[in-house]
This record gives sequence, C-alpha cells and structure tokens, in this order.
Amino acid sequence: MLCAGPGGGSNDVQWCFSQVKGAIDDDVAEADIISTVEFNQSGELLATGDKGGRVVIFQQEQESKNKLQCRGEYNVYSTFQSHEPEFDYLKSLEIEEKINKIRWLPQKNAAHFLLSTNDKTIKLWKISERDKRPEGYNLKEEDGQYRDPNTVTTLRVPVFRPMDLMVEASPRRVFANAHTYHINSISVNSDCETYLSADDLRVNLWHLEITDRSFNIVDIKPANMEDLTEVITAAEFHPNQCNTFVYSSSKGTIRLCDMRAAALCDSHAKLFEEPEDPNNRSFFSEIISSISDVKFSHSGRYMMTRDYLSVKIWDLNMESRPVETYQVHEYLRSKLCSLYENDCIFDKFECCWNGNDSVVMTGSYNNFFRMFDRGYQQDMTLEASRENSKPRSVLKPRKVSTGGKRKKDEISVDSLDFNKKILHTAWHPLDNIIAVATTNNLYIFQDKLI
Amino acid sequence: MEVNIEARRILAVSISKLYASRTQRGGLRLHRSLLLSLVMRSARDIYHSSRESEVPSGAQSAPEEPMDTSSNPGEQTRLPEAQTEPQPVLNSTETAPEEPDNTEDGCDSEIIEDKENLSPAKQSRKRRGKASAAPDFLPSKRARLEPGEERYEVPLGSCRAGESLTTLHTPPFRSKGLRRRMVQPSASLACCH
Repeated sequence: MLCAGPGGGSNDVQWCFSQVKGAIDDDVAEADIISTVEFNQSGELLATGDKGGRVVIFQQEQESKNKLQCRGEYNVYSTFQSHEPEFDYLKSLEIEEKINKIRWLPQKNAAHFLLSTNDKTIKLWKISERDKRPEGYNLKEEDGQYRDPNTVTTLRVPVFRPMDLMVEASPRRVFANAHTYHINSISVNSDCETYLSADDLRVNLWHLEITDRSFNIVDIKPANMEDLTEVITAAEFHPNQCNTFVYSSSKGTIRLCDMRAAALCDSHAKLFEEPEDPNNRSFFSEIISSISDVKFSHSGRYMMTRDYLSVKIWDLNMESRPVETYQVHEYLRSKLCSLYENDCIFDKFECCWNGNDSVVMTGSYNNFFRMFDRGYQQDMTLEASRENSKPRSVLKPRKVSTGGKRKKDEISVDSLDFNKKILHTAWHPLDNIIAVATTNNLYIFQDKLI
Repeated sequence: MEVNIEARRILAVSISKLYASRTQRGGLRLHRSLLLSLVMRSARDIYHSSRESEVPSGAQSAPEEPMDTSSNPGEQTRLPEAQTEPQPVLNSTETAPEEPDNTEDGCDSEIIEDKENLSPAKQSRKRRGKASAAPDFLPSKRARLEPGEERYEVPLGSCRAGESLTTLHTPPFRSKGLRRRMVQPSASLACCH
C-alpha cells in the first residue's frame, strides 16, 4: 500500500508540489478563507469549505498515461453554496455561514453524500452526476417551449441522449435548531445511519433520515453557568465500534463514552488526561492545554489530540498519559504572551493520520506544516508557498532556529509570519497525497514516485 | 514587581479582548470567553500574590486562602479540586447575584492590606487613597441581578464569608471616582438554555 515516513533518514520519502488552488492575490477576501478540508473514503474526492459558506469539491482525474505522474490531478468537480448567513432575531445574533466541518458519508451508490455544518445547522448534500438527458418529447420542443397540441400528428418515445457532464448538488436534509451553542464537530457513525454533532456544551445524536429530532447524549452544561469550567472542543465516533465515541475538552482531557451504558453519556467510560508539568506553568497554561482536534486512527486502536504546542497519541487502553508526544513548535512556548496579544494563541489547529497510521501531520505558522513518523521517530517541517510551486518540484525541509546562532537556510522565530497559518490539513486515505490549506489557497502535495 | 506589571498588562489586554469579542460576528464564543476568563483569573491571582509579598506582613492568616482559591462565595466548602476552578468571564464582570451590593466598592489590593492589619469586623470596604494607577477602562463592579432575584445582606460578623466575598471577582484596580457601567456579556449567555 503506502510507504510510511515523512522523509529523511533511512526512509526517504520526498514530497513534491502537485497543485495549488485558489487566488494568487495577496489581498485575501474573507469569504475565501478555507475553513475545512476533507477527503472522501476513496480519496477520489476532496472537499473544502470556506468562510463564505461555499463548498468546493475536487475530483481526481483517472490515472494519466504519463508515467512521470501516475496520479491524476484534482480538478473542480462541484461548487455550491452550502450555508447562508442567518439572523437569530430572538438573541439579536448573526449566525455565520462559515463551514466548520465537512464529513463524507460512505458511498452506497453512484451519488456522493456529505454533511456540512456551520455554527448552528447541519445539512446533508447529495452530489450526483447527470450525463444524459431525455430528448424527443411530444408536447415540448427541444428548447422547452410547449408545442401546440394541434400540431402533433405522430407520437414518439423520448430517448436518453448523452450530454455534457453536469454535477448537481442538492440539499437532501437540513438538521436545524438542535444546538444552542456553536457546533464544532460532526462525525458519521460506522453504522452509516447515525451521526453526532457537538457544540460547546452538548453532543447530539442524529439519524440521517430524521431531521425533526435528535438525541442529546452528552450534556456538560452546569446548572449555574457561573460554575462553567470547561467546554467540549471536538468529538468523533470510533471508526469501527458504533457504540463508542470520544469528546475532548478545553481542559485537555478526552472522554470516551459507550452509548450502550446509558442513554445520557455524561459519565465517561474512560478519561484520558495527562498531569500537567509544573515547570511549564504560566498565565497561559490553561489555554495551551485546550484540545483543538481529536482524531481516531484508522485502526481504531489509537487516537490523536492536538493542543496548541503539541500532538499527542493515546492508546485507548491507557488513560494515564499519551504513548507518544510530538512538539509541533516548542519555540513558541516563550512567546505565549505575544501570541495571546495577537490572538494567535486561540488558533485551532487540526491534525490527521496517514492511511496506515504510521505518520501524523499538523499545521503551524509561516505556512509550515509538520509530519511525524511514528515508526522511524522522525519529523519533518515543510512549507506551502507559491515560491515552491513548480510542478513536481521537491519540497525542501525547513527548520526554525531556536538557539542563538542561526544557520544558513534556517528561519528565526521572530521572522515567522503568524498571519500565515495552516490550520487544516488532510491525508488521502489510501495514498501519499496530502491537501494543505493556507489562508485561502489549497495546496496538494504528493510523494515522489521513483 | 515585574510579575505585577505583567499581570496588570495581561489583565488589561484580556478585558479589551472581552469587549471586542462581544461585537464579533456570530455572537459571543463560549470557549473563547472561558479561556479569556482563565487568563484573567491567573493574572489577577498573581497580581494579588505579588502585592502581598511586597507588603511586609506578620499575619499571614487564613483569610488569604479564599483569595487564592478564587471560588464562588457559596462554594468555599466545595471539592478540593475547586482550587483551580476557573471562573467564566461573566463572573469577573458580573458579580454573582448572591453578593451584597457593597462589595462593589471593594478593591482587592486595598482590602488585602486592610485585612492584614485589621480585624475582619473593622474591615473597611471603602477604597483607600493609596490606589494603584488603574486603567480607567476597567468597569466598576456593580452586581447585576437577573430578573426576579433579590439582593440580600451577608452578615459582616461572619469573618470568613466576608473575606471570601471581598476577595472575589472584583478587579484589582479601578480609577478613582469614575464609575462606568458595563453591559454584561452574560446577557446573551443567560438567554441560552
């Protein structure tokens, strides 16, 4: 299947630029800011959501005959407006149209289905192809105008004739009015019938066919809001066990819940928490321990969490501490005050696994992204930038200089651009192809095929 | 001293972020508000402890503890883990309904100094002249009641309750005389059920 390894050392995987999508313009329109990236289960489709409420789906072309590039390119397949801005008149609040998450449903027929959500409403979209149309109506002309029935002298049976491929996206379900707080996660269950949605204080369980009700399965809202100490930051179903899900908190804990135990899973089956290192205590300890993303491995044996400075891999059988911890940008620990002032400390980075769970990836600042090879214990920093965007050019590993002496080709911490952040990345489930979102551009990289 | 200055600066930054977040599109973000309040609480605690260490005091008495735990007045006897229980931002800007009206005059630094020297019964809630140069954008801490709630007096004779209340929630510095009424961010949160 795949080669493991991010590169370097004995396992030489080199990453090459493949494509970049989006405007070259430096002046970024706010609506174009990418807010989520997701491959479907086959990797053929790649969906992005943006702040303007739009979803753009790219499709991988069939493998080309060109041996140099055996993998097909991703081209735009469908674009549609998923969510519009709304106004909650009761609370005098605007509801943003920004797409927070997209999750694909496993494919069951020719059509593709995905769930997209903004802060309040989840929608199920059907994306289907139409490449034939009926022609030869008796009562209609080809242009659609109705014929005078008196002029019809013979009858014919309409037939399907080929037409230019048209991809249609239609909303099949709208799941609304179930969340008081802002939705941060959706996750499709392995039973392919239900899915969960999570906001700051609650997790709801839905049936894909039923839109007028959902079950609340986790509620951490205290009786008195002044007693609030933590919020839910992410939630996900187990990839194989349809009764199991996890949710992470702003306090750095992860709770695993079993829906068989009770209807309301307020009490966890397992609590994953690592004791805080007292040496690292600061004003901002609590903020940086807040978990921004949680992802199960494909195998279901492990889960990965991302907090502000690190990525942690947990074995589901051990709650006391993670089995692996990778520092993403430890050099920022001494800069937390500045990062608090410029709001960067609130950035929510996501993380992802490769197809065989041997490598994990997450984003950082200056359009850097990091890969950690779990087997070879190697890490690599790469950059998504227009300068490195010649087709099939190999990406050079980057390094941030942390000591006093800056080596050649290294970048000092102070010259990092904190406006250029990579929050969303995705890894093709079956191949070494990655999608990395900068502010408004989507980069696609693939490993160099020998 | 440096820690003191740093703590004050962080408090100032936090409060301005709090104000700014209320005008954001999409409404008040609960997660962000909670994190802001945690930072504010840490900064406030450090400010207090650094002020304490500056003032020579023979009587390091138990009254200092309620300040450190910073828990709700009604929950002094709660679980030990409430020690580090963070308060949501609403607390720092809106005193709990149970608090009496006159705690709003209490300024932490002054009260602490008084506590060291006076018995609780003589504890003055009035702001002393020796005020730290406070940024004037910090709001006065006027307790805001939800509709239907009533204020009630906390007996001053109960020293523990009195101390815990005065050490709570009030911002460590205010400008003299300038009373600013702040719109409570909890308004929108309180509507959420």
